[in-house]
Amino acid sequence: MLKSLQINPEKCTGCLQCELACSYENEGLFNPAKSRIKVFNFHDQGRMVPYTCTQCDDAWCMSACPVDAISVDAETGAKVVSDAACVGCKVCTIACPFGTVNYNAASGKVIKCDLCGGDPKCASACPTEAIAYVDANWTGLDKMRGWAEKTDSGAQAEA
Amino acid sequence: MSWARNILRVNLSKGTCANEPLNMEWAQKYLGQRGLATKYLVEETDPKVDPLSPDNKLIMATGPLTGTCASTAGRYSVITKGALTGAIACSNSGGFFGNEMKNAGYDMIIFEGKSKKPVYLLVEDDSAQLIDAGDYWGKSCWDTEEGIKAKHQDPLIRVASIGVSGEVGVKYACVVNDMHRAAGRSGVGTVMGSKNLKAVAIRGSLGVQVDDADKFLAAVSSGKAVIADNPVTGQGLPAFGTQVLMNVINESGALPTRNHLDSQFAGASKISAEAMAEAREGDGKTNLLTTSACFGCTIACGRISTIERGHYTVAERPQYQIASGGLEYEAAWSLGAATGVDDLDALTFANFVCNEQGMDPISFGATVGAAMEMYENGDISDKETGGLEVKFGSAKALTELAELTGRGEGFGAEIGLGSKRMCEKYGKPELSMAVKGQEFPAYDARGIQGMGLTYATSNRGACHLRGYTVSSEIFGIPVKTDPTESDGKAGLVKAFQDATGAVDSSGLCLFTTFAWSLDDIAPQVDAACEGDWTPERLAEVGERVWTLERMYNLQAGFTAADDTLPKRLLKDAAKTGPAEGKVSDLGKMLPEYYDARGWTSDGVPSNETLQRIAL
Repeated sequence: MLKSLQINPEKCTGCLQCELACSYENEGLFNPAKSRIKVFNFHDQGRMVPYTCTQCDDAWCMSACPVDAISVDAETGAKVVSDAACVGCKVCTIACPFGTVNYNAASGKVIKCDLCGGDPKCASACPTEAIAYVDANWTGLDKMRGWAEKTDSGAQAEA
Repeated sequence: MSWARNILRVNLSKGTCANEPLNMEWAQKYLGQRGLATKYLVEETDPKVDPLSPDNKLIMATGPLTGTCASTAGRYSVITKGALTGAIACSNSGGFFGNEMKNAGYDMIIFEGKSKKPVYLLVEDDSAQLIDAGDYWGKSCWDTEEGIKAKHQDPLIRVASIGVSGEVGVKYACVVNDMHRAAGRSGVGTVMGSKNLKAVAIRGSLGVQVDDADKFLAAVSSGKAVIADNPVTGQGLPAFGTQVLMNVINESGALPTRNHLDSQFAGASKISAEAMAEAREGDGKTNLLTTSACFGCTIACGRISTIERGHYTVAERPQYQIASGGLEYEAAWSLGAATGVDDLDALTFANFVCNEQGMDPISFGATVGAAMEMYENGDISDKETGGLEVKFGSAKALTELAELTGRGEGFGAEIGLGSKRMCEKYGKPELSMAVKGQEFPAYDARGIQGMGLTYATSNRGACHLRGYTVSSEIFGIPVKTDPTESDGKAGLVKAFQDATGAVDSSGLCLFTTFAWSLDDIAPQVDAACEGDWTPERLAEVGERVWTLERMYNLQAGFTAADDTLPKRLLKDAAKTGPAEGKVSDLGKMLPEYYDARGWTSDGVPSNETLQRIAL
């Protein structure tokens, strides 16, 4: 079953455990500055929103790459950067409409979410289930269930 | 590893920034943060120094776990000689500043001297420079943080700053980071202001490593499970924040009310966690908008609140019609019960102003409470207050004074002295509810006996975060003791003080100790740090830190006579509630405490004790 990251900002407390887990998995140390997922804190509105690559099917980054350094992981559907092939031209960072591919000056390559090979560490590190890894065909299932529960509940209460 | 092994030393008089290696021998004895920075302060300054002199130093310090993925591991502390107390000061803050300092490659930053003009320090990994802060002097913490981020076009910079209160010498000014987290007590922000240091801005990208990563991840994972499964850290604090305490402590008869005249507050339920989650009559919205966590925290006790737009405090002022750091229990108590004010949105506004201008809401609210008592007694009048009716229960007086004090204007300049100096000035020293010049937090020493001993012996003046026996006396953590009885409290206070000294030196948040004992913390420290770190060794570090602070205070001129409480708590019995008829039994507990610590009857650590803990 193909799975997707499902992000529920309303559950996010802004603790950055996702950024810690991501940077440790990819860089071998705790370093939010090198995380592929970022949590944005809109202070005056009291909103915290985790944001990362959504793994587009028809991916701008992949189409734009002049050296075919970005490929699809057949098992997870993730768009994965090959460090061996990447020349650090950054064209993918321009092509991506969402800004989720970024250049890493330390390595001279771009970095982006690769779903950790099917076991995304951000999701397992999240203490509030604001980040989950779910059936790609049913990312809306929880929301549907929530609204379904409310539907017709007034009629039942009257009965 | 885990320590960055690197210190940034900033000489503000000379305008220089230099790196130096961390003293690893001391790190093995004092761990980090509170303990290690205190060791540096003790070695480098004269305890008799005037806190506001250039010869005092100010240290921002992380712990070895700061910046790792351990739950709550984002803490840093500000260590100096306190402007409010003249005693050793160590104020601990969360938010995201501590981990940024560690990620930039520093265990601590030592500030010495005094800049000729206002400056801020900008650190970007191994580059550090002092920059003119003329644009920000006279500005709030909020405007300073936003201004520095905008100026450097870098939203990822983390900023710790002082507000106007720290510039104008309010004695209990804080250092505020991330808009509403603060190194709050004892006037550490006042010391920062005296050095003409407006802010510290950091961007770190070097990362943090631990000694044994696999062992560390396993220990951290077990620790997180313990926090999630604990009713206080897994349910109570996330749902209600520290405000879960308001009704509980009130029912225990230990909620100091109207400058400790009473120990129960009729308006407690109106300013409680439950009230924050109730729809307001006016706009149908709740005061509590959402919860928020500090760096790495899997508890998330932080509150984000809004004030009703039609409320008198914000109706004409859109800049306060925002979401920002809401009431925590101590602030709700000091701004509310201590002043007799039960208008939740007014308290929230006063709390916003304290965050904005960098003032400790505990000392501020408690000082307003003392002023209210003096006003009602006729010790001060409209002449002193500038026509403001400073009466118990007056929300208008509270919010007006918050703004005046934040700017050091009018009667606010008197409130900014703190209760000890203010009450002495008007000939009523007995009305200051403080120890060593620092105001009490939100637990009445008559109703929770252990806290009386905690306050009297606290090295930084009255404080709940130096030995929180409330855990045992009210919540039964780790064992239930009777809050109205003083038997056995000396040993309990010592154990809490020592464990707290260790936690405050590690980079972790003290609130983890509702769920964690040193048995849970030691494996995380042990895996992260070189050396063998057992629970026993951590407790010994805590005792060493405590005793080192005590020695500093003794050398600064404090004596056993300062280990006391205001007469009101020793002579005037609680009037209502479970502690009715009780006073603090400090006279019995204090000698037992000195004995338990291995101190002489004059409160001086004996030579044997100093040798035992290798001091």
